[in-house]
Amino acid sequence: MAGSIPASVTASAMPETAPTMRARHLSPAREAWKRFFRHKMAVLSLVILVSMVLLVVFGPLLWKVAINDIDFSARLKGPSLTHPFGTDDLGQDIFARMLYGGRISLAVGLAAMLMAILVGVTIGAVAGMSRGPVDAALMWLTDLFLSLPQLPLLLLLIYLFRDSLKAAFGPEGGVFVMIVLVIGGFRWMPVARLVRAQFFSLREKEYVEAARALGASTFRQVVRHILPNTLGPVIVAGTIDVAAAIIAESTLSFLGLGFPPDIPTWGRLLFDSKDYLDIAPHWALTAGTAIFLTVLTINFIGDGLRDALDPRKVM
Amino acid sequence: MQEREITHLIEDVRVGKLPRRNFILQMVSLGLTAPMASMMLMHAGVAQAQTAPTYKPTKRGGGGALKVLWWQGATLLQPHFANGTKDQEGSRIFYEPLAVWDNDGNLVPILAAEIPTKANGGLSADGKSVTWKLKKGVTWHDGQPFTADDCIFTWEYAKDPATTAVTMGIYKDVKVEKVDSHTIKVTFAKPTPFWATAFVAAEGMIIPKHLFAPYIGDKSRDAPTNLKPVGTGPYKFVDFKPGDMVRGEINNNYHMANRPFFDSIEMKGGGDATSAARAVLQTGEYDYAWNLQVEDEVLKRMEAGGKGKVHIIPSGDIEFIQLNFTDPFTEVEGERASIKSKHFAFTDPAVRQAMSLLADRKSIQEFIYGRTGVATGNFVNNPPRFRSPNTTWEFNIDKANAVLETAGWKKGSDGVREKGGKKMKFVLQTSVNSIRQKEQAVLKQACQKAGVDLELKSVTAAVFFSSDVANPDTYGKFWADMQMYTTTMTQPDAERFMDQYTSWEISSKANKWQGRNMCRWSSPDFDKAYRAAEGELDPVKRAALYISMNDMVIKANAVIPLISRPRVRGANLKLVSTLSGWDLDFSTLQNWYREA
Amino acid sequence: MGSYLLRRLLIALPSVLGISVVLFTVLALAPGDPFEELATNPNVPAEVRAMLRAKFGLDDPIWQRYFHWLTAMLRGDWGFSFISRVDVDTLILQRLPVTLVVIGASQVLAMLIALPVGIYSAAKPYSWFDRIASTLAFIGFSLPTFFTGLLLILLFSITLDWLPFVYRADISATGWQWWWEHIRQSIMPVMVLGLFQGASWTRYVRSAMLDVIRLDYVTTARSKGLKERVVVMKHVVRNALIPVVTLVALQMPAVFGGAIVTEQIFRIPGIGSLLIDAILRNDTPVIMAVTFVFACLVILFNLIADLLYGWLDPRISYR
Repeated sequence: MAGSIPASVTASAMPETAPTMRARHLSPAREAWKRFFRHKMAVLSLVILVSMVLLVVFGPLLWKVAINDIDFSARLKGPSLTHPFGTDDLGQDIFARMLYGGRISLAVGLAAMLMAILVGVTIGAVAGMSRGPVDAALMWLTDLFLSLPQLPLLLLLIYLFRDSLKAAFGPEGGVFVMIVLVIGGFRWMPVARLVRAQFFSLREKEYVEAARALGASTFRQVVRHILPNTLGPVIVAGTIDVAAAIIAESTLSFLGLGFPPDIPTWGRLLFDSKDYLDIAPHWALTAGTAIFLTVLTINFIGDGLRDALDPRKVM
Repeated sequence: MQEREITHLIEDVRVGKLPRRNFILQMVSLGLTAPMASMMLMHAGVAQAQTAPTYKPTKRGGGGALKVLWWQGATLLQPHFANGTKDQEGSRIFYEPLAVWDNDGNLVPILAAEIPTKANGGLSADGKSVTWKLKKGVTWHDGQPFTADDCIFTWEYAKDPATTAVTMGIYKDVKVEKVDSHTIKVTFAKPTPFWATAFVAAEGMIIPKHLFAPYIGDKSRDAPTNLKPVGTGPYKFVDFKPGDMVRGEINNNYHMANRPFFDSIEMKGGGDATSAARAVLQTGEYDYAWNLQVEDEVLKRMEAGGKGKVHIIPSGDIEFIQLNFTDPFTEVEGERASIKSKHFAFTDPAVRQAMSLLADRKSIQEFIYGRTGVATGNFVNNPPRFRSPNTTWEFNIDKANAVLETAGWKKGSDGVREKGGKKMKFVLQTSVNSIRQKEQAVLKQACQKAGVDLELKSVTAAVFFSSDVANPDTYGKFWADMQMYTTTMTQPDAERFMDQYTSWEISSKANKWQGRNMCRWSSPDFDKAYRAAEGELDPVKRAALYISMNDMVIKANAVIPLISRPRVRGANLKLVSTLSGWDLDFSTLQNWYREA
Repeated sequence: MGSYLLRRLLIALPSVLGISVVLFTVLALAPGDPFEELATNPNVPAEVRAMLRAKFGLDDPIWQRYFHWLTAMLRGDWGFSFISRVDVDTLILQRLPVTLVVIGASQVLAMLIALPVGIYSAAKPYSWFDRIASTLAFIGFSLPTFFTGLLLILLFSITLDWLPFVYRADISATGWQWWWEHIRQSIMPVMVLGLFQGASWTRYVRSAMLDVIRLDYVTTARSKGLKERVVVMKHVVRNALIPVVTLVALQMPAVFGGAIVTEQIFRIPGIGSLLIDAILRNDTPVIMAVTFVFACLVILFNLIADLLYGWLDPRISYR
């Protein structure tokens, strides 16, 4: 079950699982593996996502066109051999820009999603199990985050911490850490409330009571019996968060708070392309499709994972 | 351009050898404003050209609704509290000044019976007072008569520090007296060649005494009329939602015959420039759109729809790059970019020259601005005969390379030039704006080819242009190597424009970075010329001084002008609007009409 | 139950106060200056800005400003905007009806899409219907609203010329004409928001349903010979509604808060555009008022959600 997720398969998606549990439940782990691989869409999606990651990581080494090579003679050209995805309004190669921007967008999207889910599940689970003052305090925190106006807070955080983060992680790394923290830090609240609500309901179910009667520790009840059944909404939240994080990153850089303006992330490409939608649809299409594919694959991987973790499969 | 030459030109205009308009154009191209040029002619006794606008409607009203889009909506309708031009425009629908500037820099009377001149005795010989005759028979929207008392009150209201009117700067140093019920006299503390400031144009709107009198000073915010303007303008107030909508209806007692044409006016705010252009040019949902900062490519495509067209009105705004003369990244005596520090590269004239050579103005004009910008290497654009030979611009990467090479900046292993261990890596900051980000990209590429590495930075406009002392990213602090924005020259007088290069205006911690000299360049010669101009009474001598100051800045390459930006507005094909580059869009709103 | 409610309401009061302290501190510390626009106009002397700051109390210490705000608020005085100098409650009331109508309609639309589609998809997982609905849902939330809004404008306003894309709150027409104009101009913004929201809600409903369908008691109900329809509607939907209620409660305050991007695209004079304008101009009294009301609504609706859980699943106990 949850504690038995093999770290090897899912390290990229779910690092929150405790690796120490692995030795004790080796055989269910192998079973989960098998179940995951029986989910065809999940496997296909994993392949696509991994190849997208490989492409953006190693692609720029093979496709050597510079991302900021301006060529006014080739503006807004459709796809061709020299420019497989066409060019933008300054004649820059969209393929090269997609590859370069994909590194940031994918990394930001996945990292922010993981952070949102990690924080959300933890807070939701703790609140859902403990009730009383702990629950009240955590839900106060959730309400606070839900009601904070994000833009002024972002401006504040960025002016307070930008320089120290830059010093700690280098200029690009600092911006990256900041963006992930900021986007992830503002998206965990729905997850927390969803998980908490599920916990309220599930912890009263017969099988959990049975486990409790058998003397299972609270931690064991949570990890083995309740958490796997709350994963459905969490996975959905995860897929939505990836898309939202990719877009949110572009909003941040559009406000001058994110990466420098010459770094072409997917969200930014989509934003820049919008005024040329009627004469150069290829531009918007490439960025839109990339985000869509990411969301799609993550969702199927999530579905596969859930099926893998839960023996009572629907299919 | 010397004083003597200007005097000759004025003489040519007087005897009719040189068209008045050409003279104005030449002065504008020298960095002066059309109103300043016009003032010189008036001072010399040359009469204003009375170009009567062609106004065809033969009766008042009947034109339906005039629908205009301002993508920044008006937030208040009290002209003396206006935060920016959007609020002045909104107020201008209802309130009027004594006179406005037309596109040729002429003063056009609105509430004045005539423009004061030496000939009609309006201007005193010592240059210390102006006498305005007010139009008779004008009534406020509530039926009360408009008299000299209203002008006196407006002055008292605006100059009172407790009112905190944004127009205080204009009214605090003048004295206004009532001569008779329809004549006022404005007296200046010292002889003032540029006298048309109080009661003129955007800052000159007159408010009714009978409604505002109880609310002068501390109580200024409580006046109900702040939200429900009562003016003398062509439209009467109907409804106002801050940031969203201003609505007005025809004033049937308007003081000009057959005007206005439209039965109602609707000024809608919000949205962005691109979709505003769409609503006017492509779908025709609206008649007029303000400030279309959109790529020309996009505008042209929308115009092809055949519903509207783009109007381009020459004005004095210039998009330029400032080079920081101080070191923005090291603290000297607890202050970044302290005047005591020196920038490692930009204090070298060769580097500044190379940076100017690397600005590809032609491509920026051709592919980004199109019709909405004119490449300029100078505040002096046209005509050729006044173009100083040492202030021409060119884009030449090879020459820039050569200049840098000779100056001792050698390329390192990474292709970036360096000297004395300092690499040519510069941070170029600007506000967030898709056009500016493209300019940044073009500049970066050219610099790359010359071994100069630019790090691009964009700051959201609300922060970049703020005066917030706590914020490191404001243009006032200029904690970057280079920055780019548009300097506006819509102020009719150049005095407040030129002070941005004086040594006492240098932006620093001591003046909370409110100083206007941000690149922190200074020159004793410039300071001297500025001081001389301040005390100069003869407008021609004064103009000559400003022109020479302008040349000093350009020759030193202290700034790199890129594009001269005219005003860009969109209007329905059938809408006839009279627009001026020196005043508000609504400066002559009463003359707008729609052709059949 | 009653004592639980009372206790929660008693907790809500200090929470609201605590949130208001945090909000005020963030806003006061955030960089920016409401008189920024004046700074770019060289005709306005710097001392005017300084005088305005002093007049509006911007130079006082933060705690002093907070107590000033709090006492005024308790007296029902919401303060006035630094920018338009209009009372904040007037500004909010001007924009409230439009926001309620447009955002409210879009939330209803989202619910009307999400519930049936989500339930049907979950009842027949991996069927053709489910696959198509899922793909559309993924497209729905992969594309941001600024993009879908523009697509709709290009299609319905520019190409087909059917719908206006500038929203006008006050339409002079009367009777049917008035209704017709309002509906016409609301179609696109409601669609953009409703489809975006509906897309994600569909996924949540589907997944919540699937989670419950697997539980033992559903299998028991089925094995008792109950009809599939009855099983789904009576046993599954009720339990699956817990996450849905959570989400709706999370979304309800937005009906007051507005939708910033969509309001910008269609020029809807809603509270979202009031808020973003206020934020960009550092108009603290407006930001504070809007976010404070928003915070109260967040607390209120989350409390309602907590109460609904007990109704949906009686085994949930309140302690």
